[in-house]
Amino acid sequence: MAVETTTRAKLRWGLLDVLVVVFALIPVLWIASLSFKTPATLTDGNFIPREWTLDNYKTIFDTDQFVRALINSIGIALIATLIAVVLGAMAAYAISRLDFPGKKLLVGVSLLIAMFPQVSLVSPLFEIERQLKIFDTWPGLILPYITFALPLAIYTLSAFFKQIPWDLEKAAKMDGATQGQAFRRVIAPLAAPGLFTTAILVFIFCWNDFLFAITLTSTERARTVPVALSFFTGESQFEDPTGAICAAAVVITVPIILFVLFFQRRIVSGLTSGAVKG
Amino acid sequence: MSADTVEKSTTPTVPTQRGGRRKPPLSENKKAERKLGLLLCAPAALVMILVTAYPIIYSVWLSLQRFDLRFPDQREFIGLDNYVTVLTNEFWWTAFGVTMLITVVTVAVELVLGMGLAIIMHRTLVGRGLVRTSALIPYGIVTVVAAFSWRYAWTPGTGYLANLFSDGAPLTERASSLAIIMLAEIWKTTPFMALLLMAGLALVPEDLLKAASTDGATAWQKFTKVMLPVMKPAILVALLFRTLDAFRVFDNIFVLTAGGNETSSVSMLAYNNLIRGLNLGIGSTMSVLIFITVAIIAFIFVKLFGTAAPGSDDSERR
Amino acid sequence: MADIVLDKVSKSFPDGTVAVQDVDLEIADGEFVILVGPSGCGKSTTLNMIAGLEDISSGELRIAGQRVNDKAPRDRDIAMVFQSYALYPNMTVRENMAFPLRLAKLDKETINRKVDEAAKVLELTSLLDRKPANLSGGQRQRVAMGRAIVRQPKAFLMDEPLSNLDAKLRVQMRTVVSRLQKQLGTTTVYVTHDQTEAMTLGDRVVIMRGGAVQQVGPPQELYDHPRNLFVAGFIGSPSMNFLHAAVQDGGLHTALGEVPLGDRVRRELESADAPRELILGIRPEHFEDAELVDDDTRRRGMEFEAPVDIVESMGSDKYVYFTVEGEKASAAELEELAADAGAADFAGAGGNLVTRLSAESTVAEGQTRRVWFNLEKIHLFDPGTGRNLTLHEGRAAGALAD
Repeated sequence: MAVETTTRAKLRWGLLDVLVVVFALIPVLWIASLSFKTPATLTDGNFIPREWTLDNYKTIFDTDQFVRALINSIGIALIATLIAVVLGAMAAYAISRLDFPGKKLLVGVSLLIAMFPQVSLVSPLFEIERQLKIFDTWPGLILPYITFALPLAIYTLSAFFKQIPWDLEKAAKMDGATQGQAFRRVIAPLAAPGLFTTAILVFIFCWNDFLFAITLTSTERARTVPVALSFFTGESQFEDPTGAICAAAVVITVPIILFVLFFQRRIVSGLTSGAVKG
Repeated sequence: MSADTVEKSTTPTVPTQRGGRRKPPLSENKKAERKLGLLLCAPAALVMILVTAYPIIYSVWLSLQRFDLRFPDQREFIGLDNYVTVLTNEFWWTAFGVTMLITVVTVAVELVLGMGLAIIMHRTLVGRGLVRTSALIPYGIVTVVAAFSWRYAWTPGTGYLANLFSDGAPLTERASSLAIIMLAEIWKTTPFMALLLMAGLALVPEDLLKAASTDGATAWQKFTKVMLPVMKPAILVALLFRTLDAFRVFDNIFVLTAGGNETSSVSMLAYNNLIRGLNLGIGSTMSVLIFITVAIIAFIFVKLFGTAAPGSDDSERR
Repeated sequence: MADIVLDKVSKSFPDGTVAVQDVDLEIADGEFVILVGPSGCGKSTTLNMIAGLEDISSGELRIAGQRVNDKAPRDRDIAMVFQSYALYPNMTVRENMAFPLRLAKLDKETINRKVDEAAKVLELTSLLDRKPANLSGGQRQRVAMGRAIVRQPKAFLMDEPLSNLDAKLRVQMRTVVSRLQKQLGTTTVYVTHDQTEAMTLGDRVVIMRGGAVQQVGPPQELYDHPRNLFVAGFIGSPSMNFLHAAVQDGGLHTALGEVPLGDRVRRELESADAPRELILGIRPEHFEDAELVDDDTRRRGMEFEAPVDIVESMGSDKYVYFTVEGEKASAAELEELAADAGAADFAGAGGNLVTRLSAESTVAEGQTRRVWFNLEKIHLFDPGTGRNLTLHEGRAAGALAD
């Protein structure tokens, strides 16, 4: 009897699992499928391509438009992530370990920024960046990305830092370590996973952005892939940009899929700890 | 019974340490600690404030001017005229209504679906890793990519969904367009909602559920009487973040309909006024109005939170 | 060779609170000293000051004759075992134990030899390649000890090292710690809030309360001759019984009857500022079933009758709880002790009398029983100051002393 119920329960959960997986994957598979279709079969409405081709990928990597955007996307996201994680780690360390005036204020400000309507910044930033001559440049995008990634970084990292048993620092000192050695050999290895997880979350955030990228750029100089996608229009050599758009979409989805596949556990723990305990 | 059980303290306690360590250390140290704390926070605080507070103030200043980049010579201070223009404009109110509709519907649906997904991710007996990994894909994927996927799915001729309901093109009619926008939003953000709720689920003590079972509670009663009350703070956090996030809806509309057929959100409208219309005055006015609306929503939520607001847990520091 | 001397060591905070006040303590080389007291008594702060993890506000700390107030922990050559064990989770057991040696820049061979030796002593050899996460509580505890002994420091500091273990393991580890300390002969300062650990482990015990030392001495001395109410109540399990006693006509009026007084106590009570109310303290083992007492013994004590509440048979003897009428003893110290122990565990000041009677006693629950107690072993305390009035030149002599 007991065995039967567990098998049945397993079956039920299994069905629900399948439902979730299908729900989550269909749009991704669909765009991947489109990217492999030949122009002739593109409009057949079939979920699985009848004829497979890599032409769409060849096309986009041949066009400067996409390659340039990809470089922009990677460069901007990496730099913004690096800076946001460093600044965030400093602030999170202070929040979780030190006592100082204005701590609550900082936590409050980050919370406010996490809730801030980004579109409200679009008009003033557009004007300010034009005056500062950083409109349509990498820094022009990196700056708002850092700003909006910081609350995420601070919350996630504070949650991670609070879990580090700081007694270890004392233990290391008793074992004869200097402050520097205690940090390098004991604390840093423990903090690394948290930093890494935060970096992934921040990178995903920057990688995903569309609003700032479309309002604060005007040329290929700083345009990121999501924006470039929306500007792929039928150029002379290919009338219908669908296949190219889909191929480009798949290219920028690959890193996300890899992150999710390899670091699922970390991403989940990062998101949940930062959100609730923060 | 052994002699040990009579011992004064068989339970491990830590209070002694707290007594000594929680108090502030020497004044010199204390000063140094304060200085270090401020120093470490300064860069983050500076960036956050410079990039948000200053522009929003500047935005208020811009919103009080006639400022059209196509006619820079006509720039002048006009008081609240822009606000009158926007607030009496039917496009604004249509966009506002669309935004509110999308916010309310998507958040409500996401709460239900997200709760279900959270329970599946938390309790499933088989394939937990698989479910969690799959659920993270919509969260991680670039919104624009997902939006294109939905667009092509509903495009007549190309899409596998296009002929599902009618022969027409769903993305050219208002009602069906809005439904598709909401579908895309829900698909993309339900996992995030579910993750936040799952964090709340993890807080429900297993013993509590067992106790409820022995007390004769049904599954539904366990859910409503035991789990929901414990999860309330997590639910409120999730609702707050998702509501404010939903209110900013932009990417999906941009790709799916470009705001056609009266499907613009306020963000879309502000963008159009700024980039397409190059009207900084009107664009800024909308920015300020959106900011105020979001502030009101946040305020209502924070009022509901009370002390459960995130960030108010300083007491358990260290 | 390392003795540790605390010379008027104090710790105060800018807001005026004093965590530790003028602690004078001389710990001889090789001695095992226990700091014990309820939470917040300053024992951990004292230990941290010896370790160098907290600054000393005033006074002097000398290790091996050298002033070390301003030395960093690493320059004091002392090892510490933490309550949380503080094992480095990213290192294996071997790496954990080798860590202090590697910091000391010893060569690899020496490190390995020393770690292996220490592991052998603590029976950790088979666990050397595991990570702390894969160890049981007791094993982690031993690794923490191993990390401390491996470098042969001048002194060991232990901050409640056993309090995270379950009761049975704690008793086991107590003997391990004790044997190890004797084997190595290293000066050890051990902090605990558990009076059983204090009694069983140390050469000497330091009882602290509110940042001040109450009494220092070998465990038995503290038990037999407590200087004040606090020490009397803190040491002993079950704890001493405390009863209200009113001074009347050269005797004491208590719930157990009229207690006669010897000349010395009487003289003390005749002075003008002497208290009119006292607290009578009797340890559970100083009671006996009146039926089992021979005449000779009977003369040294007195008897009373009381209803039996609960009988707990231990095999070797019986714990019998009596209900007694009368006013409850009250003093700040008693409240503090009760708060620390949790009201349920500290029956000393309640209307309950805890007695330890011979196993042969036929006492049963529900009876009213005649009980004898030893007047030579009772203590009388001044409720205002907590002072033990029966103490004469450091020796408690009971109520009847001349």
